[in-house]
Amino acid sequence: MLTQAMFRIWRGDPAGGGFQDYVTPVEEGMVVLDAVHRIQAQQAPDLALRWNCKAGKCGSCSAEINGMPKLMCMTRLSNLNLEMPVILEPMHTFPVIRDLVTDVSWNFRAKKTIKEFKPRSPDLPDGTWRMQQADVERVQEFRKCIECFLCQDVCHVLREHHKEDEFIGPRLLVYAAALEMHPLDNEDRVSDLRKKHNIGYCNITTCCRQVCPESITITENAIIPLKERVVDRFFDPLKQLFHIL
Amino acid sequence: MAAPDVVWKDGRFGQTSRRDPWWFSPSAVLLGLSTFLVYSTWAAWQNSHYTFGPYISPFYSPEIFGSSPHALFGPKPRWYPSFLHFSPALLVLWIPGLFRFTCYYYRGAYYKSFWADPPACAVSEPRKSYLGERSFPLILQNFHRYFLRLSYLVWAFLAYDAVMSFRFPNGFGVGVGSLVLVVNVVLLGGYVFGCHAFRHLVGGTFDRISEYPVRHKLYDCVSCLNRGHMRWAWASLFWVGFSDIYVRLCSMGIWHDWRIL
Repeated sequence: MLTQAMFRIWRGDPAGGGFQDYVTPVEEGMVVLDAVHRIQAQQAPDLALRWNCKAGKCGSCSAEINGMPKLMCMTRLSNLNLEMPVILEPMHTFPVIRDLVTDVSWNFRAKKTIKEFKPRSPDLPDGTWRMQQADVERVQEFRKCIECFLCQDVCHVLREHHKEDEFIGPRLLVYAAALEMHPLDNEDRVSDLRKKHNIGYCNITTCCRQVCPESITITENAIIPLKERVVDRFFDPLKQLFHIL
Repeated sequence: MAAPDVVWKDGRFGQTSRRDPWWFSPSAVLLGLSTFLVYSTWAAWQNSHYTFGPYISPFYSPEIFGSSPHALFGPKPRWYPSFLHFSPALLVLWIPGLFRFTCYYYRGAYYKSFWADPPACAVSEPRKSYLGERSFPLILQNFHRYFLRLSYLVWAFLAYDAVMSFRFPNGFGVGVGSLVLVVNVVLLGGYVFGCHAFRHLVGGTFDRISEYPVRHKLYDCVSCLNRGHMRWAWASLFWVGFSDIYVRLCSMGIWHDWRIL
């Protein structure tokens, strides 16, 4: 491993910006966030970045490293080619506040448009429910989400086509799946998924799944099953006829 | 929900900071699918050299009408329009063709490779307009499960063909062609029975699947196959093409079918 590396970091604000190069010493075991902290401490004290846990659990240090959305704290320098500058950019899908910090508040506003959890009546007189592990296993995977929004960043419907006013993106489809597939939930979100959240915009590129730092199988376990529920409701008259009969 | 104002807009086609060879995977898919498309269309058009002894090419099965002993209802019917080219493959190949065309895996792959929508993850696209699968024509992809149901029928015929490929004029035997057709059925089975739509139909539709123990088991099995859906898709695509080539070349006398038993 090289003893020093060059980091090409995007510096700027909503009006625009550009790349600045920083050379810093690197050591075995370092991650990108360590190097950026060293640059911040020794060369650029005004460099803005968001971080918290340094363990891939808070979802704060999302950025684009050599063009791919990643968590800075989970990207080892030993996995990067340090003979070339390491390119660091803020997430392209969201408005820049400054340097590597973006405003992800749109996600929280969009989340409120999804119908809330509505549990069925309690199973027992004491007001409690009973669930089988097999039934909750499927939605437990979705609870691993740390809301780093890397999947939203890489989704081309948001990133390239800026359909934020029509499409909720993979993170919020995972959230909708966690509610819709919950064994206690009685709410019906299928019609909303098609008409309000426009799940049809997703063309299954699987990029969201590929960048997920929690390895949630976003496309296959959340989005496609939701698409299939939409098909059940709107595109499969045979199945509906079978149910009626 | 109003779209946030972002710095990065209107990137030119192919613009990216990615350093890895992101173009390799879509290019390989483009090459693989194009090759198969050209070959399968040519092979389906031929209407010759599609059987050899107990073997029938999977492109031509089930042979509804045709001139070989495998035909279910005899030769080409008189009512078949004379201005239309006749080949038994053209009567059935649209089923697996549309099944693959509407398959969730292939959709994601060919949108990237053939339509650059996007060319690869985090790479800029050539077009700024986007309709997705929510309007015509791509909304028709939602009919995937219909082609799935029809594909089971085709698969059942191919399984029958594989069994019959051990029946030679002098009795039971095993030729290399028999094994080729068996492998074909196994790979196609892994692909068809690991389909996302099938996974949904057998168990994904239930929020409390534990109340349906048999379907729960089935769901687990299909999920297991589904995890390797991409590999099944490519392996079965390659092998179904190879099976046709094998039968065709044996029938033309270019390859010799080696009898094991």
